[in-house]
Amino acid sequence: METNQMSLEFDAKSENEAFARITVAAFISQLDPTLEELADIKTAVSEAVTNSIIHGYDNGPGRIKMECKLEDRDVFVTIEDKGKGIEDIEKAREPLFTTKPELERSGMGFVFMEIFMDGLEVLSNPGEGCIIRMRKHIGSMA
Amino acid sequence: MDNTTYSLRDRVLFVKLTKELDHHNAIGIRYTADELLNQKQCDSVVFDFANTVFMDSSGIGVIMGRYRKVREIGGFIGVTGVGESINRILEISGMYKLVKKIDMGEMENGN
Repeated sequence: METNQMSLEFDAKSENEAFARITVAAFISQLDPTLEELADIKTAVSEAVTNSIIHGYDNGPGRIKMECKLEDRDVFVTIEDKGKGIEDIEKAREPLFTTKPELERSGMGFVFMEIFMDGLEVLSNPGEGCIIRMRKHIGSMA
Repeated sequence: MDNTTYSLRDRVLFVKLTKELDHHNAIGIRYTADELLNQKQCDSVVFDFANTVFMDSSGIGVIMGRYRKVREIGGFIGVTGVGESINRILEISGMYKLVKKIDMGEMENGN
């Protein structure tokens, strides 16, 4: 199996939302994805990183770890924070559910991650941060 | 960087959105649009996506938030210049139930 892996760590600042998604897009470009596949992955990464910044760290200081691994034509992305964690993961994944309506969160973050990726795993406990694992196969379209 | 521009015409606020509408850029757009709405300079908002290539759920939050505001004052929310990737995001999130697609050509001809 052909594999390639990269990881990086950055500050939980909203400026880095674009940095994170563009970095992943650049890394997976070696698989020659379609524009749609690229847009899907960028959106999913943006949602996960934004969640860490807004919810994990409450817009305060913190670090986010991001890992991207290619296995043949499968892309695996992991986004990890050491923030406050998620109280009720099932509830958090429901469409339109948000704990921060005052910040105009649409409650669509996890929905987009689910729709745009082929697999989504959320690992979190209150007070113990959050790990998002996502998978997408590149080239599934005819 | 947020390159969003704003213009007012016939009580409609036209927001020509920046290239990438994420949480980082959403903060300033929400603030500026609400300033103009609160000053009662407009009662409807049209979001122009002609320059926009990326939007995530934060953009949906911006649209939904303005929708709640203009609904109270009898206004509407429009979208225009919507490309393929933005259209997918708007469709998936059910935004077309709340906002209408606007043809800027028709708007300029006064129809």
